Amino acid sequence: MKIFRWFISMIFLVGIIIFIIIRPLPFLFYPDLPYIGFLGRVLYIIILACILCLYRVWRGPTGADRIVAIDILGILIVGLCAVLTISTGRSWYIDIGIAWALQSFICALALSKYLEGKGFDD
Amino acid sequence: MINIIGLIFISIGIAFDVFGCLGLVRLPDVYCRLQAATKCVTLGTCSILFGTFLIVGFTAAGMKSLLCMIFLALTAPVAAHAIARGAHRAGVKLWKGSVVDKYNEDKEGEA
Repeated sequence: MKIFRWFISMIFLVGIIIFIIIRPLPFLFYPDLPYIGFLGRVLYIIILACILCLYRVWRGPTGADRIVAIDILGILIVGLCAVLTISTGRSWYIDIGIAWALQSFICALALSKYLEGKGFDD
Repeated sequence: MINIIGLIFISIGIAFDVFGCLGLVRLPDVYCRLQAATKCVTLGTCSILFGTFLIVGFTAAGMKSLLCMIFLALTAPVAAHAIARGAHRAGVKLWKGSVVDKYNEDKEGEA
């Protein structure tokens, strides 16, 4: 049974990788930028990593697993905003990244305090 | 030439991100997942931001990406330590193959 589940997930992952290789993400607004194929594939791979994090959020045995996955997801989104800054040429994506990093840090500290079972002023 | 170096940095960062998230899915314990995912993903995202700085150059977006890289390298280990301490205080069990728990011994020594 375990071999069967591994086989299904292996087919799924290989299919995603082949899809990444043959078809990069199309940019509707800026079709003639440099390195557009490479950056489209990079965006696909970051979205794949975010889906792995969301799997851990969905099926964490304890609350601490979910908090770890949320923290990691915040750091990944900062990288996604940086790649979008290059690929679209608009500089306000990195502002979104800075704000997301600040919010993710505060969120991780508050959730760890909540997990420890103390008040926020301790 | 500098664009190619930036793209190489972005590729290294992508590889670290994907392997860190694979460790987040595959490892058996909260603490193992924390140490795999936090270190790999922090280094990978810092590498992506440095590649962004190399490609964009000394503009506003480039300097903001350097600022974001420094901020992320300072705050991600702090958040990871806080989460690990909170999980241990909340009584999350270690994996059954773990061999040592120094923090538990220190807490017993205090009490």
